[in-house]
Amino acid sequence: MIKVKNLVKKFDDKVVLDSINTTFEPGKVNLVIGRSGSGKTVFMKCLLGLLIPEEGELYYGNKNFYSLSESEQKNIRKEMGVVFQSGAIFDFFDVEGNVRFPLDMFSNMNNKEKIDRVNFCLEKVNLQGTNKLKSSELSGGMKKRLAIARAIALNPKYLFFDEPNSGLDPQNAVTIDELIYNLTHEFNTTTIVNTHDMNSVIKIGEKVIFFYEGNLWWEGSNDNILKTDNKELKDFIFASSLAQKLLETL
Amino acid sequence: MSLFDGITDYLLVMQKTFTRPVKFKTIAKQVIHEMYYLGVESLPIVCFLSLFIGIVVMIQIAFQMESPLIPKYTAGFITRVVIIYEFSPTIMSMLLSGRVGSRIAAEIGTMKVTEQIDALEVMGINSASYLILPKIIAFVLIMPVIITFSIFSGLFGGYLITMGTGEIPTSEYFYGLRAFFTPFEVTYALIKSLFFGFIIASISGYYGYIVEGGALEVGKNSTKAMVQSSIFIIIFDVILTQIFLG
Repeated sequence: MIKVKNLVKKFDDKVVLDSINTTFEPGKVNLVIGRSGSGKTVFMKCLLGLLIPEEGELYYGNKNFYSLSESEQKNIRKEMGVVFQSGAIFDFFDVEGNVRFPLDMFSNMNNKEKIDRVNFCLEKVNLQGTNKLKSSELSGGMKKRLAIARAIALNPKYLFFDEPNSGLDPQNAVTIDELIYNLTHEFNTTTIVNTHDMNSVIKIGEKVIFFYEGNLWWEGSNDNILKTDNKELKDFIFASSLAQKLLETL
Repeated sequence: MSLFDGITDYLLVMQKTFTRPVKFKTIAKQVIHEMYYLGVESLPIVCFLSLFIGIVVMIQIAFQMESPLIPKYTAGFITRVVIIYEFSPTIMSMLLSGRVGSRIAAEIGTMKVTEQIDALEVMGINSASYLILPKIIAFVLIMPVIITFSIFSGLFGGYLITMGTGEIPTSEYFYGLRAFFTPFEVTYALIKSLFFGFIIASISGYYGYIVEGGALEVGKNSTKAMVQSSIFIIIFDVILTQIFLG
């Protein structure tokens, strides 16, 4: 479980995150939505420890991440799998090298065990047989799936996805959503997804939080998001003409 | 960014690079990899440039030595001094800052803007140590080898002129190469190459590591890496010359 208490992040005098309180439970897909510039990415960077907030506490299990020593933080980081918006595929490695990298750095597995684990992860994301391909030979969707394979290599307790569907066609986006949902439930991970994609919200948003101008504006799930009375949230989710038409039918 | 801020930032990045390094085995593997890409791959261009500089130096000297009072072997002597003292260690290092420095800065800078460095950090890996340290170690180790190749190529260029023009007899050229030679000349050149190797790899690594933005900033920082490396090479050339020969 990840618990956030009174998180405040400022850049100079500008408050980017204003007293955020929320909890993310294991075995659930937690979506963070909001307009560009609403603070989603900053929030995720605070969760990952890439940005340190001015105030607040962040609990991984019962440990306050920000008060831990560097080596204790490192131990928690080993339990995290992160998929960045760009995929952040290491271009100096091939597909196998990318998935194998965290195993080389942090596991005590022998070579055969590592190869087995790499193949297992690649199979999970439907990339079996691509071991020796270079990152430049992969399509956008394949890069995202490879990033997911690398993220799950160390069997993480916490999975983070930053805009996993950006730049993908609708079919690939659905595949990624299904993958996120299945991995979360199969491995009981605490999964947090930053997204703009309303299809993801409806399909896999077991918990949805909406950011508006640095504030946590609304919290709920895909069951009740379409029936919300919250004006800002409604403006956000029904912004497209397709969604407008859907709203008219509701 | 002021000069003071720049130096402070550089020292902070270097502190991060040299503290809490990743596994020795990983670093060792990377060092060998970088020695090949930064060093061995530079050898053809280094040898080519050095050969032609040796040729040009020798032609210039040979055609200016019209006085019969100046012994012919002086051409070999001057070629050796120019190549070993300054051209190979200093000028070649400045040229290498273009090839190697911009490559290091562009490689690390691109990793920064494509979130690969963030990916390393969230895995708990010291990204500065993982990316910059192997490059520094590799380039410092390979620089004396590169400079040695450069020296031999330059001197070989001079030899080719003695064969081709006949202005300076080959035997006089070789006599000049050996005249008043002390092994310290080579030691001095190699010591300089170690310093310059560190300057190129660390400054370029720093400029790559601090990139913020996109492709434009990667390009800008690659250029800065090359320019700053060249400036510091010249400054340290003066300092080292004063220390060793002053």
